[in-house]
Amino acid sequence: MYDFAYHRAKSAADATALLKGKSEGRAMAGGMTLIPTLKQRLARPSDVVDLAGAKDLAGIKAEGGGLTIGAMTRHGAVATSTEVKSTIPALASLAGHIGDPQVRNRGTIGGSVANNDPAADYPAAVLALGATINTTTRKIAADQFFKGLFETALGEGELITSISFPKPEKAAYVKFPNPASRYAMVGVFVAKTAGGVRVAVTGAGPGVFRVKAMEDALAKNFSSAAIKDIKVPTDGLNSDIHGSAEYRAHLVGVMARRAVDAASK
Amino acid sequence: MSISVSMTVNGKAVSGKVEARTLLVQFLRENLSMTGTHVGCDTSQCGACVVHVDGQSVKSCTMLAVQAEGAKVMTIEGLAPSADKLHPMQEAFRDNHALQCGFCTPGMVMSAVDMVKRHNYQLDEATVRRELEGNLCRCTGYHNIVKAILAAAPAMKAAGV
Ligand SMILES: Cc1cc2nc3c(=O)[nH]c(=O)nc-3n(C[C@H](O)[C@H](O)[C@H](O)COP(=O)(O)OP(=O)(O)OC[C@H]3O[C@@H](n4cnc5c(N)ncnc54)[C@H](O)[C@@H]3O)c2cc1C
Ligand code: FES
Ligand code: FES
Repeated sequence: MYDFAYHRAKSAADATALLKGKSEGRAMAGGMTLIPTLKQRLARPSDVVDLAGAKDLAGIKAEGGGLTIGAMTRHGAVATSTEVKSTIPALASLAGHIGDPQVRNRGTIGGSVANNDPAADYPAAVLALGATINTTTRKIAADQFFKGLFETALGEGELITSISFPKPEKAAYVKFPNPASRYAMVGVFVAKTAGGVRVAVTGAGPGVFRVKAMEDALAKNFSSAAIKDIKVPTDGLNSDIHGSAEYRAHLVGVMARRAVDAASK
Repeated sequence: MSISVSMTVNGKAVSGKVEARTLLVQFLRENLSMTGTHVGCDTSQCGACVVHVDGQSVKSCTMLAVQAEGAKVMTIEGLAPSADKLHPMQEAFRDNHALQCGFCTPGMVMSAVDMVKRHNYQLDEATVRRELEGNLCRCTGYHNIVKAILAAAPAMKAAGV
């Protein structure tokens, strides 16, 4: 790891000020992705701004019938929150299956969503639930936020402050974890919301995506039988040592049907 | 860039000079010469480096020393109540032959103690296996580790630790 200048931010505004003018500066949340990246010398920030002391970025609030979760809220806190378990149980369950207990004690929702790893779990929930990403400068709808492989709509120095999730009528997330890393080989989040049914897939492609054909079928009939014949095209899906594009396309169907069944329970 | 850090390690106030990039595990092993905490993979996978920071288990190879500023850190060296008495978890690992080479053991024990407390001393086998996701052992095949943790849970409760 190359050395860098280390700063502690006391608030989101403080972090923004510390990052200002530092084009090679990086925010650090839980560090569970950033530190391994620095160790591999895949990044060389001049400055690292630690968000852990920014109290305004943490915490879970019930708001407008849904939930607003601060960017620095750890996966473990989301998984065990009574507020999350009662309002959006699928989100608590998703958080409880990220990595391992030690990763969940450090990793944060803001870090995961900002990082937009193609196999990360939270992006599927954010997209399927039609969440809003609140940043230091604006509000971004989930449909506009994820831009593909590790890319998001965030601008330079712009930080996620919290994420607002509307309460769905029904929702479930089912993932087929890579047996070694626990990241999603394929994960499907299905949500029946006021605005319709949304199906978001992570792990299968270069970034999280929706499956329109399944959404339309489920809007007419919310049952796993309604999507049993829908095939996801293999074009652009990931093909690697863990599985071929065909295998992943097949898994999308299986995980989606399981998610619909789980949401219907 | 040299930075001063201060924290409590196993109940003792410690401080030292580190670089921003110094990992917590390096600080423990190299600055404090506490080599009980191991580095197995250095890639956040194996859990040999697990310690408790403010009561929560973390991988100390994936935390900077500066991130532990002001924190209460507990390592395997701080677990036993005295030089001649082991913690119930350590005792259970010995009784159940839960280690062979012993390399993974410090991290296993620290993860296990955290696991038992988070589950309020009530665990079943499936939960223990799932909770051990972040700890790899290349010797034992895990069976005896799982047995040890299941045995230690009531022993910890009885001992009030
Ligand atoms: C062993 C292991 C297993 C894992 N398994 C899974 C898994 O199964 N599923 C899964 O989804 N993830 C998994 N992860 C990743 C984990 O969830 C990370 O915690 C997460 O991806 C990054 O969150 P972080 O808080 O650690 O962010 P950091 O590592 O601190 O930051 C990641 C990136 O986001 C930026 N960033 C952080 N916070 C903000 C913010 N508020 N605003 C803007 N930018 C920000 C940083 O600058 C950095 O570029 C795993 C990680 C490990 C080490
Ligand atoms: S050395 Fe830290 S997880 Fe392996
Ligand atoms: S006892 Fe050898 S690695 Fe676990």
